[in-house]
Amino acid sequence: MSAGQPPLDSPQIRRLAPVIGPGHTYASVTDKISAIVLTRPTSLGWFAGFALAFSLLGVMTIAIGWLIIKGVGIWGINVPIGWGFAIVNFVWWIGIGHAGTLISAILFLLNQKWRTSINRFAEAMTLFAVACAGIFPLIHTGRPWMAFYMFPYPSTMGLWPQFRSPLIWDVFAVSTYGTVSALFWFVGLIPDLATLRDRAVGKPKQIIYGMLAMGWRGSARHWHRYQAAYLLLAGLATPLVLSVHTVVSFDFSVAIVPGWHTTIFPPYFVAGAIYSGFAMVLTIAIPLRKAYDLQDFITMRHLENMAKVMLATGLIVAYGYFFEFFMSEYSGNKFDVFLVNQRLHGPYAPFYYALILCNILTPQLLWFQKIRTNVAVLFLMSIVVNIGMWLERFVIVVISLTRDFMPSAWGRYQPTVWDWATFAGTLGLFTTLLFLFVRVLPAISIAEMRELVAHTSEENE
Amino acid sequence: MNEQRSHIYGVMGEFETAEQLIHATEKTREAGYRHIDAYAPFPVEGLSEALGLKRSWVPYLTLLGGLGGGLTGFGFQYWVNVFAYPLNIAGRPLNSWPAFIPVTFELTILGASTFAVFGMLALNKLPQPHHPVFNVGRFSHASNDRFFLCIEARDPKFHLAESAKFLQGLQAQHVTEVQDD
Repeated sequence: MSAGQPPLDSPQIRRLAPVIGPGHTYASVTDKISAIVLTRPTSLGWFAGFALAFSLLGVMTIAIGWLIIKGVGIWGINVPIGWGFAIVNFVWWIGIGHAGTLISAILFLLNQKWRTSINRFAEAMTLFAVACAGIFPLIHTGRPWMAFYMFPYPSTMGLWPQFRSPLIWDVFAVSTYGTVSALFWFVGLIPDLATLRDRAVGKPKQIIYGMLAMGWRGSARHWHRYQAAYLLLAGLATPLVLSVHTVVSFDFSVAIVPGWHTTIFPPYFVAGAIYSGFAMVLTIAIPLRKAYDLQDFITMRHLENMAKVMLATGLIVAYGYFFEFFMSEYSGNKFDVFLVNQRLHGPYAPFYYALILCNILTPQLLWFQKIRTNVAVLFLMSIVVNIGMWLERFVIVVISLTRDFMPSAWGRYQPTVWDWATFAGTLGLFTTLLFLFVRVLPAISIAEMRELVAHTSEENE
Repeated sequence: MNEQRSHIYGVMGEFETAEQLIHATEKTREAGYRHIDAYAPFPVEGLSEALGLKRSWVPYLTLLGGLGGGLTGFGFQYWVNVFAYPLNIAGRPLNSWPAFIPVTFELTILGASTFAVFGMLALNKLPQPHHPVFNVGRFSHASNDRFFLCIEARDPKFHLAESAKFLQGLQAQHVTEVQDD
């Protein structure tokens, strides 16, 4: 019940919240976005945030350094629970990345105009999340300097990777995903880099942006091929993003461990990935638009739409939880029945209930427009969903591994301070990269915003 | 006239809106000019048609990359599992093709995407750090808020004074010659 807010009924909100603020021209869009990078002084808040993020990155360096010296024994993993935090965090990070590709590719194919001002930083988020995700399987191998064993190369031992294993599929899926996301992001950046080159003051900036822009001059012939390539990339990234989390879910569902061996895993993992990714986009977008006065570009309409996508994917995830439970009970398989009951009553039950609270119950508030348009509540909710999705992966990994077929093989899992340090460290890596990104590259696609200005002015005429 | 051609790339006019640019492009083509190019700060709908551009080669290159990636992916796994490192697992077939699909799929996407991006850049002849149009002072607006049309000197119909006059007739502002260096 916030006083002073206008009553927001549906037809009015369309007028109140367009995808771009009124009165913008090509030049004003260019000025406003490029100024963040080129002319605005770096704020104290940026330095404070960067310092914090960079310290966390330091924590990661120490944690991984110590891991390389001592080995994976410094973590809480043990014999039944070989996966632990490394895999929980890997799945969490890679899932977060998926929203970036969804926004840039799928919403592009569906011609959703509201994607324009959020796709650039969402794609950056994807790249950084994939970077964080990639660290975990690498260091989880125990001897990361041998990680090249995972790639097929003509070794003197005559050995080749096991292509029938989901773990090798994962290597290909994640590395392809990282590469294609980087290409997609860079192609989108080329025209904006040209804008920065033309507006930068001082030789060093002009040379750096100039080299990155590769001599882009906005020729109609170039745009012609550029658009074809961009559309094709969107079309290719769409099945790719669905395949990546499907392959990640195969890491679990191809195994015969109770609680993992189900066919619902691929779709429910993909929905969960998009769910957590949109939560992360909101977590980034809300402070970003406030810090750089971008309310004209990232409008209420964007926040509301993202909240709706969160609600929808959250419901798919809830459906997945329900049917995971139902199918286990219905199958009559005693190991499966036992496992789902362990989720409800076992030693890790509090985590399961917390997960239900974070992922299913809290997001139901998003049915209300008052909540969807309340920025502070939305921000908190996005963090709740991020936590909930992390708990989901924890529950999947830990409960199944601690309660498999024979009681003699049961165990317990307790993360150590190094587990937490590594996780917090990747949060540091992620935020450090984000802070650098908003400082040196346009966080919103300038060329696409101009296109939006052209279209909206046509509509108004 | 020939002397002029040697150090002049063309003449360029500036427009304020995308509609003006499309209109001017159409008129210029109607007047018989063929070596022309338009410059815009964002992809303008209808500009490719106005310039009479044909369907680009990018989709074919992408298809080629996708086929290449997919065939390499499957062929390689087949070779590894059937010839290079055959593992007899309870007598199951060595060519267990369903298990090879995920990697085949990923490599198809990887091949198609890299061909789409690098093919687009190659066809656009980028990176190309310098181009004569950058000699025009106001051309920095081409990446901001202005639209440009350039009639190139290699066009058989090109005549410095007349082509410039022609552009002015199309309501182009700041009509300037583009130095070639």
